Amino acid sequence: MNTAITTNLNDTHSETLISAAHGEHPDSSQNTLFGFWLYLMTDCILFASVFATYAVLYMNTDGGVSGKDIFELNFVLIETAALLLSSITFGLALIFAKRHNRRATVVWLLITFALGCVFIGMEIYEFHHLIEQGNGPQRSAFLSSFFALVGMHGLHVTAGLIWMAIMMIEVLKTGLNHRSITRLGCLSLFWHFLDIVWICVFTVVYLLGAL
Amino acid sequence: MGQENTLARQQVDDLSSQVKSYLVGFMLSVVLTAIPFWAVMSHHFEKPLTIALVLGSAVVQIVVHLKYFLHLDFSKEGKLNTFSFLFTALIIVMVVGLSVWIIYAANALMM
Amino acid sequence: MSILGKLTLESIPYHEPIIMVTLAVVAVLAVAIAALITKYRKWGVLWNDWFTSVDHKRLGIMYIVLALVMLVRGFSDAIMMRTQQALATNGAAGYLPPEHYDQIFTAHGVIMIIFMAMPFMIGLMNLVLPLQIGARDVAFPFLNNLSFWLTTSGAVLINISLGLGEFAKTGWVAYPPLSELAFSPGVGVDYYIWALQISGIGTTLTGVNFIATVLKMRAPGMKLMQMPIFTWTCTWANILIVASFPILTALLGMLTLDRYMDFHFFTNAGGGNAMMYINLFWAWGHPEVYILILPAFGIFSEVISTFTSKRLFGYTSMVWASGAISILGFIVWLHHFFTMGSSANVNAFFGVMTMVIAVPTGVKLFNWLFTIYRGRLKVTVPVLWTLGFMVTFTIGGMTGVLLAVPGADYVLHNSLFLIAHFHNTILGGAVFGYLAGFSYWFPKAMGFHLNERLGKAAFWCWQIGFYVAFMPLYVLGFLGMTRRLSHTDNPAWNFWIYFAAVGAFIIFVGIILQFVQLYVSFRDREQNLDTTGDPWNGHTLEWSTSSPPQFYNFAKLPHVSDIDAFTDQKEKGQAYQRSADYEPIHMPKNTASGILIAICITAAGFAAVWHILWLAIAGMLGAFVAFLFRAYGNDHDYYVQPSEVATIENAHLDKVVRGTA
Repeated sequence: MNTAITTNLNDTHSETLISAAHGEHPDSSQNTLFGFWLYLMTDCILFASVFATYAVLYMNTDGGVSGKDIFELNFVLIETAALLLSSITFGLALIFAKRHNRRATVVWLLITFALGCVFIGMEIYEFHHLIEQGNGPQRSAFLSSFFALVGMHGLHVTAGLIWMAIMMIEVLKTGLNHRSITRLGCLSLFWHFLDIVWICVFTVVYLLGAL
Repeated sequence: MGQENTLARQQVDDLSSQVKSYLVGFMLSVVLTAIPFWAVMSHHFEKPLTIALVLGSAVVQIVVHLKYFLHLDFSKEGKLNTFSFLFTALIIVMVVGLSVWIIYAANALMM
Repeated sequence: MSILGKLTLESIPYHEPIIMVTLAVVAVLAVAIAALITKYRKWGVLWNDWFTSVDHKRLGIMYIVLALVMLVRGFSDAIMMRTQQALATNGAAGYLPPEHYDQIFTAHGVIMIIFMAMPFMIGLMNLVLPLQIGARDVAFPFLNNLSFWLTTSGAVLINISLGLGEFAKTGWVAYPPLSELAFSPGVGVDYYIWALQISGIGTTLTGVNFIATVLKMRAPGMKLMQMPIFTWTCTWANILIVASFPILTALLGMLTLDRYMDFHFFTNAGGGNAMMYINLFWAWGHPEVYILILPAFGIFSEVISTFTSKRLFGYTSMVWASGAISILGFIVWLHHFFTMGSSANVNAFFGVMTMVIAVPTGVKLFNWLFTIYRGRLKVTVPVLWTLGFMVTFTIGGMTGVLLAVPGADYVLHNSLFLIAHFHNTILGGAVFGYLAGFSYWFPKAMGFHLNERLGKAAFWCWQIGFYVAFMPLYVLGFLGMTRRLSHTDNPAWNFWIYFAAVGAFIIFVGIILQFVQLYVSFRDREQNLDTTGDPWNGHTLEWSTSSPPQFYNFAKLPHVSDIDAFTDQKEKGQAYQRSADYEPIHMPKNTASGILIAICITAAGFAAVWHILWLAIAGMLGAFVAFLFRAYGNDHDYYVQPSEVATIENAHLDKVVRGTA
């Protein structure tokens, strides 16, 4: 199948002609995407360290609640659905961006943004609810690691949303050029990567925890 | 601008194939999310089997995401990304696996 | 809480005469340097050509300057510890109160590892690696500048702790529960956290940058297995950086949550597990020592093959041995805490893995020996450091294998035997390597030679001082003396403690000699110019440029078809060729964004240490805005015109002709 990375490369080649006029470095787009991918690898290991800590601490409830008591899988399922849907909508945004279709790009980005907001809103609600019931991160090592792990993913999603907002403004103001398409490519890697982290979160934390 | 137009026309041809690829990935991940959630929520299976199912689906779903959304492959252009991911995965397996082994073994001795 | 958080006038340690005198000396020095810069009107040069530079060669030099400054700071700590221990025998109190002594040994460890060795290694890598692969710069020049300033930011924070508040009293590993708020309520551990966190992020970005550089920016024709060996060992080190520094970031983040928001990751209460901190710390910390040593191995390989005028023996095995060390380096970390009390299987596994890692290291040592075999080894300063390393590091490696036996480790753990062992490897391995690299590439970076005689004198002081200072620690370890003692009361130890103190002073002379060497070489630079750019008849591409290299490195990107690319060019008569038609060269422009972002982040880090909420928010926002300005600027690059390139190249080639004539 024809993957986006290869199309990316084809694009960059043809775009070299266009971008050369703007004084852009011919290889910069490829290098940027690869460098960003390497950054994501470091992020993987960052998450892995916190996962390892969660795996070590999840039984240390200090007489407080355990995962089984507080996880509501219906709720998590809706969060997951929002995030999964946002993946495909972002994919569509990127496909249109590469076709220099500014309107469609922004529309799909907006939908992705909205889905991301739904996810973050639900997560804030969940955290708020837990803290209100006295099950905040200060209660036990289990809750500390739970809040840190899920919260770290949430912070990443929030950062992705801020980035997305900035990208929408950029696309609206300066259009789809070499630079903005490369940046959308990076953001797409980031967004899909966060999906993978979420798969690990709902599997290890919620599903195995609720068993 | 003329170049950009020809570029756009070439790309329209594989528009449907690209969208289709994303859709396939999406459908697969819906199924792979539904299975573990259903298994845990319905208590249909014994616990060990459920755990195996949940972990198995997660691994398969990660591969699906890597292939359909992050477009990892072994082509000439894409293999650097793939290999850096595989290396990272190896490190993660070693660091997480050995950490858990170390701490669980220590815990067992302290019980 | 006041507008300055926990910061008050009482935070300045007036009551500590030693600190106040140090601060006064630093202040006088700073004023003197500032006055000199003003006198010679160099502020503009400093800002425009150095601080805002995105040129990897200038960043490399700035990294090394930072490393040398921090070497002085870290060594002051070392000599204070040695004198304190020598004075505080037989129950005497010495001159350092325990709470000050504790800060000194913590600062010594953190500074030497994070702010001396790392910048030194990254500096040499910056200086040389892009030249060796025939590239014009790194993949992300601006990011490279930002990484440098983030590293500096951490160094600034750790130095502020000297005059404002305190530094951690926990040892450089900052194990909880001691480093938790309950037992370290002061700001010391917070300084530790933020200094390491900020510089660690800078280091991670460096790792990403250089991996991308090596994989994407090599000269046309250069295959991976044709990269110079120093580039290869740096690449493995960068892979380790990218794979291990995020663990430190996560770990410090969790300790931060514990201290600032009452989380329970590593606390005694609430079900926390301090062992997990120790575990993750070394999951980063062990790869970290390979990050330090691998580039040094590369330097030794370059030095040995250059000064024997031979091709390196066993290039391929050298590359793969480095790779094996890198991977194995990730599965040995538990040997730092055998005594934690995990199961016998765990200890056995990690003990065996640790011994296995000695094998690829041995392969390297034999490669160097076989390179020397039947070569004509010119005993220059870099070669002296290399020979000194080969002996010293072998001893360190053997004591390491001894410590890898869990049973023996139970006896030797936490004793001075361990201190002797790791100084044996890090000092006799990594630092000797950087100093070899320093004198090897100095003419390339600065355009003139270092004084050989003073260099040799400095080497011998270091080498002899090292043995006098650290061999007694092996003995003291066997005699049962533990590390980090501020005073002792055991007559059997006294002799060896005095002995070690003498060694520290011999090393001190060595360091002074190195600064004298720098001064003398600079003074006599006109007589010692390197006009050809190839003072040692080098093998690799960095020697094909002028000294110091043209700012664009290569007028035409070289085509590579051999490991020793420059030797290949020289043999085929392709070196030093003039060209009639140069093409425009695309170059990045200098930028103040990196230093601005780092200043904002330093402010935020300082604010976090002292709980000054508004400043922390302002700093982070400032950094974000500065970053956005950079991201949406359009004036990032320019083209060097062919006429300018031709002028520079012809001037260089004329000098080469005159130099060799």
